[in-house]
Amino acid sequence: MDKQTVPSKQARAAQGRQGKYLVFHLGREEFAVAVLKVREIMGLQEITEVPQTPPYVRGVINLRGKVIPVVDLRRKFGMPDAEATSRTCIIVLHVRRRSGSGDPLLMGVVVDGVSEVLTIQEQEIEDTPSFGEDVRLPYILGLAKVKGRVKILLDIDEVMTAQELGGLELLPLDEEAVPAEA
Amino acid sequence: MAQDRERIEGGPAAGPDRPAEAAPERPDAAEGLRALAESMESAAGAANPLAQDPELVQDFLVEAREHLARIEACLLEIEQGVHTQETLHAAFRSFHTIKGLAGFLDYSVMQRVAHETETLLDLARNGKLVMRPAAVDVVLAAGDYLRSWLDAIEAAAAGRAAAAPPEPDALIARIEAAAAGGPEEAVAAPPADEPALQREAAAGPAEAPAAGAGRAGGDASLVKVDTAKLEYLVDMVGELVIAQTMLRHNPDFAQVKSPKLQRDIAHLTRVTGEVQKTAMAMRMVPVGHLFRRMTRLVRDLARKSGKQAELELHGEDVELDRTIVEELHDPLVHMLRNSMDHGLEAPAEREAAGKPAAGRIRLAASHQAGMIVIEISDDGRGLDRDRIFRKAVERGLVAADAKLSDAEVFHLIFEPGFSTAEQVTDVSGRGVGMDVVRKHINKLRGRIEIVSSGGSGTTFLLKVPLTLAIIDGLIVSVGGERFIVPIFAVREMFKASPEQVFTVEGRGEMVMVRGRLLPLVRLAAKLGVAPRSEDPCDGLVIVGESGSRVFCLLVDELAGKQEVVIKSLGPAFREVRGFAGGAILGDGRVGLILDLAAVAGEAGAVLRN
Repeated sequence: MDKQTVPSKQARAAQGRQGKYLVFHLGREEFAVAVLKVREIMGLQEITEVPQTPPYVRGVINLRGKVIPVVDLRRKFGMPDAEATSRTCIIVLHVRRRSGSGDPLLMGVVVDGVSEVLTIQEQEIEDTPSFGEDVRLPYILGLAKVKGRVKILLDIDEVMTAQELGGLELLPLDEEAVPAEA
Repeated sequence: MAQDRERIEGGPAAGPDRPAEAAPERPDAAEGLRALAESMESAAGAANPLAQDPELVQDFLVEAREHLARIEACLLEIEQGVHTQETLHAAFRSFHTIKGLAGFLDYSVMQRVAHETETLLDLARNGKLVMRPAAVDVVLAAGDYLRSWLDAIEAAAAGRAAAAPPEPDALIARIEAAAAGGPEEAVAAPPADEPALQREAAAGPAEAPAAGAGRAGGDASLVKVDTAKLEYLVDMVGELVIAQTMLRHNPDFAQVKSPKLQRDIAHLTRVTGEVQKTAMAMRMVPVGHLFRRMTRLVRDLARKSGKQAELELHGEDVELDRTIVEELHDPLVHMLRNSMDHGLEAPAEREAAGKPAAGRIRLAASHQAGMIVIEISDDGRGLDRDRIFRKAVERGLVAADAKLSDAEVFHLIFEPGFSTAEQVTDVSGRGVGMDVVRKHINKLRGRIEIVSSGGSGTTFLLKVPLTLAIIDGLIVSVGGERFIVPIFAVREMFKASPEQVFTVEGRGEMVMVRGRLLPLVRLAAKLGVAPRSEDPCDGLVIVGESGSRVFCLLVDELAGKQEVVIKSLGPAFREVRGFAGGAILGDGRVGLILDLAAVAGEAGAVLRN
């Protein structure tokens, strides 16, 4: 099962990776998410904290009458907190539910700033290098080299796989959990 | 009117059992639907692909249910002899529509049953057949049978396992026999589990229940709207109100001294308020539809128990939130069963007591102080205070020397397992029903009141809020964050003085409130935030209740009061305890609504009424 799952995932990634990406940065690292996943970008606003949630969960905001969770990507990736600037913003994303069914969830992520929308060609994308046995980075689709700079392509569904932001920490990502979505 | 009402033979109107859901789990909805369609021995041999389109199936379910409800209402009118030719036409048309819809999706069994019933009704509307009670029974049974199919289809569409209802052959034989107008005895009816009843039992020269109005002809002006769209509208209107408030309170704005601008803003405020009210009202549906479903229940119960009963309906156009109307169904069923079984006496007993043989049950809805009051009253024997008390003592619910008010004694009937019935009957006696009623009503944040005077009947008043979507909330602040405490759970609040606060063994804290010691729950500690002050006397003490417990909740201060629309925090926070949801506050920020039951946890003194 495992043997089949991995290549199929690679294959899916290979054909699906090229396209338009929204580039944002955290510190000096640049990341990119598929534009189709982005609902909107909004300035940083006051976030209502939800007690008893992991530190990377900043809380909830009001997105035009809907209450949506907001996650701090710096904390999520284990980077130190940074002072909010005028460029700090919240990217509102569509995130697939773990069960693979139902409408996608809206979720906000706090980033240091967004820079541009880029069209990234397949030939610019490299597969994630191996960082050794213990380091699994399932949420990285690949690395794109554009004009000499590396941008990390994120699979935002994988980043946000833990829907239960409350309870426990992230559950280990399950290789079996191939999305049922076509 | 001059119909033959002497005897009815044949079985009860009860349809086939609801499909059992014991079959192994079938997660794939399309698979389930296909299997179900196949089990309908489709004429084409293969399942119709249309029957696998979830949208078509959903539309079919909704529409077919509406028609079945209409059919039932028509039939009850026919049975009471108050129908017109149009009533027969309406029932006929509804069956015809169901037949067409079922045929379109290749639900051939439903199509067949609808067709046979339609034939029967066709004879009736052409004057070739008189709709005797037995015929009405058959048609009702056909409706029930179709509904059981709808339930099975719905279950399959939702991906749940669904067993197909039984074969319709016996039913079709009954319909055909009724259509032939032949002697009912010859009919191969399903096993009649009770003797034939006297027809007078359920009938009497009853006038039409105050139904009818609004049913006929009202459909044309209705629009069906997806609830998601409606919610979006409500959300947007809420945002509009917030945007408008922020604009009005903008300091730059206050500088402008223009009477015209002030007038225009006032106008805008009025209009947005009106729009908000209208948007909220769209979730409301009249309670009449639910009430009319009860007509059928009372009819069936009367026939089963051999009692006579008339159900009077009042206030059917009172509007309630759709979800509340749905939640009220089960409590109403249990209350009416209770009234029929325990309240109303048998005809002979009633006559001996100088009452008319037919009992009256009144089901009424009205507004009262922002709540909706559903009244269920009967003119039966009333609650027997002494007997309830004796039973409660026997069961160890109260001490034999307890001094209880009438209301407290009557409320004992809501205890789980409590029943004064000498024997368990098909209708009631297991002591489950009233317990269920109380649970449901509590869930709806409602209350039950009982008025009863021996010999002349009992009145139950169910008081429920208009909607579950909006609550009145107290906005409290703790450690710089604001939280919303639902007002319905708040008894009182005050600033504690040092002599009111006690420490128990250096750990638990108690507050003396009106001569009673109540445990103190520090909200800041529960939520893991830093309070403004550790001294309970600096904060505000809120006496809250949840379920059957009372306790004190310590917060920093009161920040205001607001009517808020409850919003779900979504699946992301499903595991977080202590919050019932979120709400958008006046400044556009999100406030979390506290779930007092979870916050208090085990703390709390037992509630005494």
